[in-house]
Amino acid sequence: MLSSSLPLHANSRQNEFLAGVRAELPLLLGVVPFGLIFGVLGLAVGIPDWAVVVSSSLIFGGSSQVVFAQLWGAATPASVTVTTVGIVNLRHLLYSAAVAEYLREQPWRWKLLLAYLLTDEAFAAAIKRLRDGPVTPHRHYFLLGTGVTLWVGWQLSTLTGVLMGAAIPGDWSLDFSIALTFIALLVLSVHGQSDAWAATVAAIAVMPAMLLPHKLGLLVAATFGIACGLFMCRFDHKKG
Amino acid sequence: MSTSVLLMIMAACGLVTFLIRLSFIAFGHHLPNDPRIAAVLRYVPPAILGALIAQEIFSLNGNISLASDNPRMWAALVALLVARVTRSVLATIATGMLALWTAQAWMT
Repeated sequence: MLSSSLPLHANSRQNEFLAGVRAELPLLLGVVPFGLIFGVLGLAVGIPDWAVVVSSSLIFGGSSQVVFAQLWGAATPASVTVTTVGIVNLRHLLYSAAVAEYLREQPWRWKLLLAYLLTDEAFAAAIKRLRDGPVTPHRHYFLLGTGVTLWVGWQLSTLTGVLMGAAIPGDWSLDFSIALTFIALLVLSVHGQSDAWAATVAAIAVMPAMLLPHKLGLLVAATFGIACGLFMCRFDHKKG
Repeated sequence: MSTSVLLMIMAACGLVTFLIRLSFIAFGHHLPNDPRIAAVLRYVPPAILGALIAQEIFSLNGNISLASDNPRMWAALVALLVARVTRSVLATIATGMLALWTAQAWMT
């Protein structure tokens, strides 16, 4: 029994990792255009080309990098920029809580590495295997596989975007594809009527809030939206 | 001067993001397990995305443009429909861009 399980375990690190890579690859279809566009956008707001590329490994979160670029381009105070980026990425608390129980036995270096790699897409592709798959000593390699795949895809697509940036004519309005990506992500994040209300109220509130000083508009509008969602959730249809 | 400021703000954003992702993985047993926190977090993505989309569509060079001849508004409506039907990011981007170019050609 023991002798037959040993080679299986030696093998399963690689198997788990490769299964994670395979689970992540389809998601890159949406990530690569986003990275290309972010590269182009970063240059357009006046961030140096190398810094656009560096931001993809320092911040490593697509929508928060877009927000960062917009706020940097608008000469926003540092405290507002950091707070806004924090709010945009706050949802990762949920991912951290969801994967924590599967990483409890891991040493610190694994916790630090997998926390760094914990993005929307890496989480989405890995959580099903972690939750429902077999309990093996190497299952965290699956999350490593999804995380590393997304990381490489994101770095390469931002780099390509920066290299292409100068060649794309401004009148193609390619910056609009960022709004389109957000629309697709929004539709995927709406599960009940209260989510739709949160989005609608935040969208309306941001118009007057845009006039607030120090680019505080996004934070204020999001707060209105969240409050409205919390209020409306009692009217959601209960499941089951 | 501005390069080092840029790098420092970027690093601070990265640190905050990293600490959010590390939170429960590293310090889960010290953090409150309160369902109200999860209830608030649920509405962060739709609220942030809703505000970002409105900003992208209606804000032109710092001015708010609510006019019906704003081609981005019509393209966004098409994209919203496509996203609801297909639930595909790529299909939404592709039809949304086509709709924008069509609307721009129509209105100018």
